[in-house]
Amino acid sequence: MNRKRLLYALASPAAAALVALVISSLALIVSGYSPFTAFKAMITYLDSADSVVAIVNRAAPYYVAGLAVALGFKMGLFNIGADGQYRLAALLSAAAGAQVNFWAPLHVLFVIVVAILVGGAYAAIPGVLKVTRGVNEVVATIMLNSIATGITAYLLSVYLRDKSGRSSLVSQTKELPQSAWLPSLNRALRAVGYHLPNGTVLNGYLIVAMLAGVFFYVLVFRTRFGFELRTTGVNPSAARAAGINPGRMVISTIVLSGMIAGLIGIGPLLSDVHRYSDIFPTALGFTGITVALLGRNHPAGIAIGALVIAGIERAGQNLNTVNIPPEITKILAGVLVLSAVITYEVVLRLTQAATVREAAHRAHSQLPGNAPADEAVAAK
Amino acid sequence: MTAVIEPSSPSPSVPSMRRPLSGWANLAPVVRFGAAAAALLVVFSIVRIIADANDLTSSSTFAAALGATAPIFLAGLGGLFSERAGVVNIGLEGMMVLGTFGAGYFGYHWGPYAALLGGLVFGALGGLLHAVATVTFGVDHVVSGFAINILAPGITRFLASELFAGKRDGTITQSPTMKGSVSRIDVPFIAGGRIGNWHSPDPLLWFERKHWFFVSDLAGLLRGFTHDLAMPTLVAIILLPVSIYVLWHTPFGLRLRSCGEKPTAADSLAVPVYRMKYYGVVISGALAGLGGAWLVTNTRSYLENQPANRGFQGLAALVFGNYKPTGVAGGAGLFAYAQALTQRTGTQPVRALFLIAAIALAALALRSFYKRKLISGLSLVILAPLALLYYVLNETVNNQIVFITPYLVTLLVLAFASQHLRMPAADGKPWRKGMTE
Repeated sequence: MNRKRLLYALASPAAAALVALVISSLALIVSGYSPFTAFKAMITYLDSADSVVAIVNRAAPYYVAGLAVALGFKMGLFNIGADGQYRLAALLSAAAGAQVNFWAPLHVLFVIVVAILVGGAYAAIPGVLKVTRGVNEVVATIMLNSIATGITAYLLSVYLRDKSGRSSLVSQTKELPQSAWLPSLNRALRAVGYHLPNGTVLNGYLIVAMLAGVFFYVLVFRTRFGFELRTTGVNPSAARAAGINPGRMVISTIVLSGMIAGLIGIGPLLSDVHRYSDIFPTALGFTGITVALLGRNHPAGIAIGALVIAGIERAGQNLNTVNIPPEITKILAGVLVLSAVITYEVVLRLTQAATVREAAHRAHSQLPGNAPADEAVAAK
Repeated sequence: MTAVIEPSSPSPSVPSMRRPLSGWANLAPVVRFGAAAAALLVVFSIVRIIADANDLTSSSTFAAALGATAPIFLAGLGGLFSERAGVVNIGLEGMMVLGTFGAGYFGYHWGPYAALLGGLVFGALGGLLHAVATVTFGVDHVVSGFAINILAPGITRFLASELFAGKRDGTITQSPTMKGSVSRIDVPFIAGGRIGNWHSPDPLLWFERKHWFFVSDLAGLLRGFTHDLAMPTLVAIILLPVSIYVLWHTPFGLRLRSCGEKPTAADSLAVPVYRMKYYGVVISGALAGLGGAWLVTNTRSYLENQPANRGFQGLAALVFGNYKPTGVAGGAGLFAYAQALTQRTGTQPVRALFLIAAIALAALALRSFYKRKLISGLSLVILAPLALLYYVLNETVNNQIVFITPYLVTLLVLAFASQHLRMPAADGKPWRKGMTE
């Protein structure tokens, strides 16, 4: 039985990957390209330390975004607002971090705490609206994403812009002092005897992402709060009957989700660009939804999902060398998400049907006067 | 604003509402709507004069707003068909994106009217995908819709790189410009339309330019609806009564809505629930695609990411409008009016909007106190002076504040009116034949 369950668990992602490959191959064939050339160019490109590091760096914020979204999913809350939450958090923490000067670890911590608080506070709005006014969180967070776009642009252009020196013409915050930069992990890797090629930097943000993953796992699967959260997600009325306060659960979950979302922008901010500007990475929150869906809301699955999406994006960069439009990777990723959710549902139905059949089988054979089930089936 | 909230006020869940109905509630809906609209126009007229912002009610503002309403309204109407059949459609944005591509392709080959058809067909394909995922495979509706939102831009970008890039003035982000454009109508004798080569008089413009209290504002409003009216906009306007008729006055509509309210009951009465849900979601995609096509016929070529959140705004208009066609139109109009104001010269009209907001908030506060809802009344009382303060303190309005205004208004309306909103009872719940509810 356990082997069967494992088979079912693997069947869904395998089928999704197959569907995605088949459909994008068809799209390539119809447009007159060879899918083999395309996939060969993609896969060979990934076979270097350079690519692996680039994928991990890219995947880390996706992973954190996936965690933020997945926490809401776990209790049936759809936090589309992770996108607005992280952008607002990144702007305010960048501005706050540039104003102070601490001892390095404390400075990094300060920026991170500001980002977490801002993300949580902004996420509290849809939570409170849902609990006190019954506003659907999907619609509220869609509105709040657009509002965040406006607020960040307003704050950046009017109050938080770096007005000193040459950079004053560009809409960007003051650069964070070096004490607020996350160190790269190159030295740590060298200590364990692994040397990265020159110019390749493994971002220290990876550690933040990993800690967030551990936090998510412990919170959801090893605490009472996590148990209540999952119970509410699976069966809200049973949760209420068991004395779980649904309003409190909604607000605390979405605030926690927003706090994790606040960490998304920390990656680019502390490990890469060191300031918030008009060209700060956007839509990471939406990628988080993709990643959470691919990873089935489990921290390990989300890690795989984040690596897959980052890998597809990275591999697509090599398609131009064989004259194939890299846009095909967008179809590949899109179909992968859609087929992942569909195949999961199909496999779930098959599993349920199998379980029911098995139970019926067992019940039948236990009735007095009935031969063991196998023979009864054979007799038919 | 009040006009949109009023019709839903008789809420059976509030016992205090069971008092003998006041005179206002006894009036026919048409009269109530007319009176509310007139009151609103009076407020706008006063504010226009105080704030010296003629563009607040000029016919060009209303015409721009009407045009901007059309795509949002079409998306929202699409959402209505889907959600009335019980399928939440957050994929409207993606279907709209597919619609813009279809319109761009058809328009490039066969002209602007074929573009409308192309948008319809491509949007419907997106709807079909959503129906397969949600109805046949029972995928969570929000998840499937979101996946379509991710997939659609990927598909269109790939197709555009294949079919548009390098053709005439086409690039990967833009289709070749279509030949010809849709016709635009001015109504003769009202808004100066032409009969043959002769220009008929334009009395509404004459009234509008006088800037008289109320009269000029009314003329501006009417001229906005009768002047420079593009054919696709007319199609959108006609679809309002058509969808009311289809959804509430035909057996098809009754069956469709029954699938959104109580599918098991509908099933027991031999309504083909799966098929009705398919119809609803495919129509939904087609309408969203038509909304995308509106945008394409307006610019005469497909542009990448042209819907720019209008699908989501349509969704908001749908919730705001309490899952009713007229409500959707009102919600879409609100978004579009604010957008149209931001595109006028100067920020004076938008600044005036804050004065209107202060008045509206104060009126809503009075209403809340009258109904003995102290908390919402108090919060409104706090908000009203804030809006007034902003109006007084700021000579100009920052563009970004303007940008968030419609979203903020929608959020406020949802916060203060959501108790009156009722979505279809089985909306968003996966349903399978034979399951117990």
